[in-house]
Amino acid sequence: MRFFKLLWVFLRVGVMGEVSYRANFLAHLIESALELGTALGGLAIIFAHTGNLGGWRPDELVTLVGVYFLVGGIIGLIIQPSMEQLTESVHDGTLDFVLTKPEDSQLLVSIWRLELWKLTDIGLGIAVLAVSLARLGERVGVKEAAAFAVAILAGGVIIYSFWLILATTAFWLVRVENILVIFQSVYEAGRWPVSIYPAWLRFALTFLIPVAFAITVPAQGLAGRLNWGTLAGAGAFAVLLFVVARAFWRIGVRHYSGASA
Amino acid sequence: MRGRASGLVDLYLQELKTSLAAMLQYRAALGIWLIGSILQPLIYLVVWSTVSGSGGGSVGPYDARDFAAYYIALMIINQVTYTWVMYEFDYRIRQGTFSTALLRPVHPIHTDIADNIASKIVSLPVMLVAAGAMTLLFHPAFRTTAWAAAVFVPAMILAYGVRFITEWTVALAAFWTTRSSAINQIHFMAVLFFSGQIAPLALLPAPLRIASYILPFRWSVGFPVELILGRLTPGQALTGLAVQAGWLVAGFGLLRLAWRGSVKKYSAVGA
Repeated sequence: MRFFKLLWVFLRVGVMGEVSYRANFLAHLIESALELGTALGGLAIIFAHTGNLGGWRPDELVTLVGVYFLVGGIIGLIIQPSMEQLTESVHDGTLDFVLTKPEDSQLLVSIWRLELWKLTDIGLGIAVLAVSLARLGERVGVKEAAAFAVAILAGGVIIYSFWLILATTAFWLVRVENILVIFQSVYEAGRWPVSIYPAWLRFALTFLIPVAFAITVPAQGLAGRLNWGTLAGAGAFAVLLFVVARAFWRIGVRHYSGASA
Repeated sequence: MRGRASGLVDLYLQELKTSLAAMLQYRAALGIWLIGSILQPLIYLVVWSTVSGSGGGSVGPYDARDFAAYYIALMIINQVTYTWVMYEFDYRIRQGTFSTALLRPVHPIHTDIADNIASKIVSLPVMLVAAGAMTLLFHPAFRTTAWAAAVFVPAMILAYGVRFITEWTVALAAFWTTRSSAINQIHFMAVLFFSGQIAPLALLPAPLRIASYILPFRWSVGFPVELILGRLTPGQALTGLAVQAGWLVAGFGLLRLAWRGSVKKYSAVGA
């Protein structure tokens, strides 16, 4: 697989750059742990007053927090830095160097910059998931695990396609960093099951800024409260959005006029 | 003495003008930042309304409409007292841009206060529109009394003062460590829990609630919120004003102490 080979190359370069700042890693670990503490502390306060939140029991919401950190970590590790780099290079014309390379340009711009210390978020997310899995116990069987795997893959593809579409608008709008920032402030809404929000907000979080597919749906899968219709819908939406994003990227590249293009 | 005071007024007016012009240039950035500050109280409003819905209509002294009122008031009051000096200081010290500020004949805190006020002038109208929309959507129950509204004015001014001075002091940590972002994060977390943003302070477990009465965070956000919602007795309100005044004086003392030590520590190129 050329994809993994390329990813490995970028990963190695990233590690080489990052090991010179090892103390940074510790600082980021502390920050991620504090953020996780805030999330779990908030849950503790809420569940001191109720047994369930919109039908979600404490252990299930801890699962949701785990997914939130895991997906947030993946976005912060690959998607966000790469897409920001993309809008920057459209802006200053350095995208030329990518387009002249013999690899698929969409693939290259999707993994060309990694923010390695976000691995701490991924690690913490997996740890939280492991703990919550142990607490959910035998309620999580092969079926739930499979639903989770499919849901999180679909969610990842949806989020990636969404970011790529937004970043691709840079070919026309040039300055789109601000649009990208909106995602981060809205992502926080995903720390709670979208089912508790009023209809208009739930719609926005599902289709305008697809946080629901990335966090709520996989967590539902693991908690065994996902029906197959939703899962199939998430899969179909992922395929559709990916195709649209790829087509849009192609149009964008054709529209691109860099310094030497 | 008069000359110095009027000089300071001139300085504020000028800084306000400059900051306003800069803010209006970066409208998009401001708008996006506002989305975040509207969304966060909205999320907690929904979460707590949901909790009260499944708990037989209310949680402690709050029902769904009380939570709506609480978080709408909190959104506005938090916006008024909000500062971002900590994030800015980190950058200033690392990049050495603070050298110029130190050379000026007035204390750099004045520029920051003017800048902060300018941003509030631009952002508050937007927040009030958001508060209006949320009022239509969530039917909040405001139970303000006349005396509470009157006491609210000095409480707000004190709250702004306490928050600005304490956060400016914490921001000075950037002089001592190049990794002040971890300190900022801890502070941010403390604000979330102890100022009443994650939950109204009455709903916190006892140890946290008691801590919140002592720490400065409640006195810069939670106290004016509870006051304007008519949740405090006159006695509690007056005690609150006294604690606020106490924190203002203590914060001022700490600020002067920390400032003297910090500036000595500063060593940028050219300083």
